[in-house]
This record gives sequence, C-alpha cells and structure tokens, in this order.
Amino acid sequence: MARFVPLPQAVAENLNNGDSVAFEGFTHLIPTAAAHEAIRQGFRDLTLIRMTPDVVYDQMIGMGLARKLIFSYAGNPGVGLLRRLRDAVENGFPHKLEIEEHSHAAMANAYEAGAAGLPCAIFRGYRGAELARVNPNIKFIECPFTGESLAAVPALKPDVVFIHAQKADRKGNVLVEGIVGIQKEAVLAAKRAVVTVEEVVDDFSDLHPNLTILPHWTVTDIAVVPGGAHPSYTHGYYARDNAEYLKWDKIAADRDLFRDWMQKNVLDATPEDFAGRVEKLRDA
Amino acid sequence: MMSKPEFTPNEMMTIAASRALKNDDVCFVGIGAPSAACNIARLTHAPDITLIYESGTIGTAPDVLPLSIGDGELCDTALTTVPVPEMFRYWLQGGRITIGFLGAAQIDKYGNINTTVIGDYDSPRTRLPGGGGAPEIATSSQEVYITLAQSKRGMVEKIDFYTSFGHGDGGDHRERLGIDTKGPTLLVTDLAIWKPDPVTKEFTVVSLHPGVTRDQVQETCGWTVTFADGVEETPPPTELELATLRDLKARTEAAHKTA
Repeated sequence: MARFVPLPQAVAENLNNGDSVAFEGFTHLIPTAAAHEAIRQGFRDLTLIRMTPDVVYDQMIGMGLARKLIFSYAGNPGVGLLRRLRDAVENGFPHKLEIEEHSHAAMANAYEAGAAGLPCAIFRGYRGAELARVNPNIKFIECPFTGESLAAVPALKPDVVFIHAQKADRKGNVLVEGIVGIQKEAVLAAKRAVVTVEEVVDDFSDLHPNLTILPHWTVTDIAVVPGGAHPSYTHGYYARDNAEYLKWDKIAADRDLFRDWMQKNVLDATPEDFAGRVEKLRDA
Repeated sequence: MMSKPEFTPNEMMTIAASRALKNDDVCFVGIGAPSAACNIARLTHAPDITLIYESGTIGTAPDVLPLSIGDGELCDTALTTVPVPEMFRYWLQGGRITIGFLGAAQIDKYGNINTTVIGDYDSPRTRLPGGGGAPEIATSSQEVYITLAQSKRGMVEKIDFYTSFGHGDGGDHRERLGIDTKGPTLLVTDLAIWKPDPVTKEFTVVSLHPGVTRDQVQETCGWTVTFADGVEETPPPTELELATLRDLKARTEAAHKTA
C-alpha cells in the first residue's frame, strides 16, 4: 500500500547515495519537483537512468549528483544540446561522468524486460550502428529458431524510479494518461517507486476502463505536488512551458549563471513553489 | 526564370520533401525539418497520411508544429497514443512504417548519419544529443528519407560516428549485414533532390531547385558531387504549398511564444 508523504520525506526515504535512479518522463510528465528535491538533499554518486535526459538531468549533472548516465537521447527537446552535460563529458566539469549510451528502442526494451522480470531484452536493433562498438552492454545473439542475429541489452532494474502523474485516489492507485511514455514499465522494473501527483481524488470509479493505472501496491510513496512537472506539462492540467526550455539554453551555457539560477530556483525553493510556476499555463 | 523566385531555399526544401510523401504512407517523423515537411504533405496533397512520432502518437494531426516530439498537441490530435515500448516494438520493429523521415547533424554520401559526437567518441569535441530512435528507424522502416540544409560541416566525406546506418560503404553493404529494408532512398536539401545510384548507392543529384547551379551544390558539400544524367529542375512551390507552409510557421511561432 502506497504511503502519502511530503516530497522531502519521499525522496529522503527512497533515494540513497550510489543508487541507480530514473526520473522518467518522455517530454510529458517529467518529475521535475522530485529531481529538485534530490538536488536540495545533495545526493552523490548516482547512476542516472533516462531515455531522454533533458533540462532536469542537465541540472543534476551540473550540480555534481551523477557518477554515471545511462541514456538514449540527451538534448533540450526542440532547442538543442545540454550544456552542463557537455561540460561534464567534454571537460570533466564538475567531475568526470561515465556514460552508457543506447538507442530508444534498446532502452524501451530494457525497461520492459525489467518489468517482465527478465535478465535481458532481445530485439532487432543496432544493425550497422556504431554504439555497438563503444558500449560493451550491447551484444548480439542468434535466434535459436531462425538463426537471425538479434541485439541484446541488460534489463534495466533501477533501485528507485520517480515519476509524475495526473492523480491518485485515496488508496494510492495512480492514473497516468496522455503521452504515457515509459513510466509504467519503469515503475514495474524498479525496486521502489515514488510518484508525485497533481491531486488526490476520492476514487477512480468513473474513469474509462482501459486507462493506465498503477495499482497502489506497485507504488512505494506518493507526494502531492501541483505543478510538479514544470517546465514539462501535465496533460489536462497545464501546458508545456516552451519559453523555459528556450531560456535554459542560455542559463546552462555559463557555469556562474547556472550556479546562480540553481541557488535561486532550486536550492532556495520548495516543492510548493511549483504550483505558482504553472498558474499561467493552466488550461482554461 | 521570368522573375526572381519568391521563396527561400528552406521553404523549397520543406516543400520538395513534402511532395515525396504519399497519402497512404505511414511515416515515422523526426523532429525539426522532417516534421515540417510531413505536416505540409498532410495539409496539401496527402490528407490521410499517418504521421507517427516516437512519443507514441499515431495518426497525429497537429495544428502547430511541435517544439518537441512529445508536445501535448500531438497527443490531443492523434488517433491513439501508445506507450513508448509498444511504439518501437510493434509499430517500428513490426514493419508497419513505410517511411522513416530523419534529419541529420552530419551525413555522408551513402546516407549514413551521425547525431552522436563530433570528434572521438571517448573525448569528443562536441557531444551531440545521440541517436534516440534513429538507429532503428534507419533499419526497420521500409524506406528512409533524409532532409537537411547543405553545408560542408553537415555533408562530409567521412562522418565521425555511425549513429544510424544508411548504405554503409555503399553497394550491397546493407544486405551483407542482414538488413532487409531499403534504407535511404531520398535526400532533400535546400538546393537539390538526391537519390542513391542503383548500384553504388551513392547519393546523386537528380533535380536542382529553381535557380540553383551545380557549383552551388558542390560548394556546400564536403564530398565530390555526382550528378545524374539528365538532371531536372524541381518545380517551384505552388501558391497553395507556400501559403500552407507560411501559415503553419506563423501559427507555430505564435503558439510557442505564448506557451
């Protein structure tokens, strides 16, 4: 049964230094508030996992939380490159970052294998792709029935996964809708799962029967954080803050500007600040 | 030409690329230039085309171009939205995609694409975003179209990293690797339309956009350009194509400013 707890407690009691952790979200529903809380609590040596590390991973890497990054596309969506990540990879600032790089198909299959309790994922991929040369976790096996060469990657089984979702009911069942991404697989693949939600409702009895629901017994802790995905969006609640993504490109380009921005907007801020950030983006 | 053409090279690129798409195509859309071309096709000659973005949106019909592959607009206007693993396993790997439409940071004459690093992988000069969906889009789509604006930095003799496999070293390289899809069959730039030579698989200029010279194509390309016998001139944009593209861009700009 999921516990309802404040976000600082959920992060403190589920994340440890050295953990492998995914803050998942595929452009939609990015758990920014949870990641900011992890930054405030100053975790170290994390293996950060995510298909699409974007602004919030740029922030965690720039603040020195990450020892390793497992990913398939590291960019500021629609804007360009991640400048704190580049500084880490190209210049070792603030320290060296180990990277394990995959394709989206590989990461998606690897989470699914994790959720399915398998040791590895098998798929038709990486044909002719050079990532197979530089990443020792990409191997090829022969299909025992047809002889076809297929790619294999280890299952992803993070110590803890953080996601953001629309709502929970009083029991702690969680609804995710819109672009559902990889979140269900990530939650089911992880040892512990923390969900931030926009709101809590009495029950889900009036919902469509095929919606993506995570039963309360698959979730460790739930924290209510309205606006918690900003500058990403929550379908049905508020729109994506595209201007913030555009602004980030300039902030992240400069080490001092970055540090000042993080001090003001993350280190000196609280989970409650997110509600105000999405006020102007709420659906009419 | 009777008068100076009243369109930009980029507009010509988007419109020429859009014309290659058919009404019954199922197109996996890359962000950026491909996204504009695919939506112009949908808004002009191919109203029933199925556009798929890797965020899981199938049959999407956005009113404005998305800034990212996961904008809410894509989900709101889609026939259905599926989880990301399903997108890559059933729809792409399952062979349902007729056209994978990709952009590129760096491309060679065989349509191999680099979006990973400039320089050495372990100590890169520039760390680019990486492959995302492209390595498998390039090999599991029935065909691949590529679009990018020409530059010597972008079109190079040898790419720094083989993110997405095109025709490799040319010839039958795909078949030798057991890849049973056609790979890159079309390259549309701001200056020309290119198709692979049937035997060598080297991209060859088959059509120059109006007013473009062979020298201009060569000056902005890092490899020695081969021109097909009987190079044609790309028909200029029609009024409808141009108006549709400009309306879409204007709507997009307005939407992203206020959002």
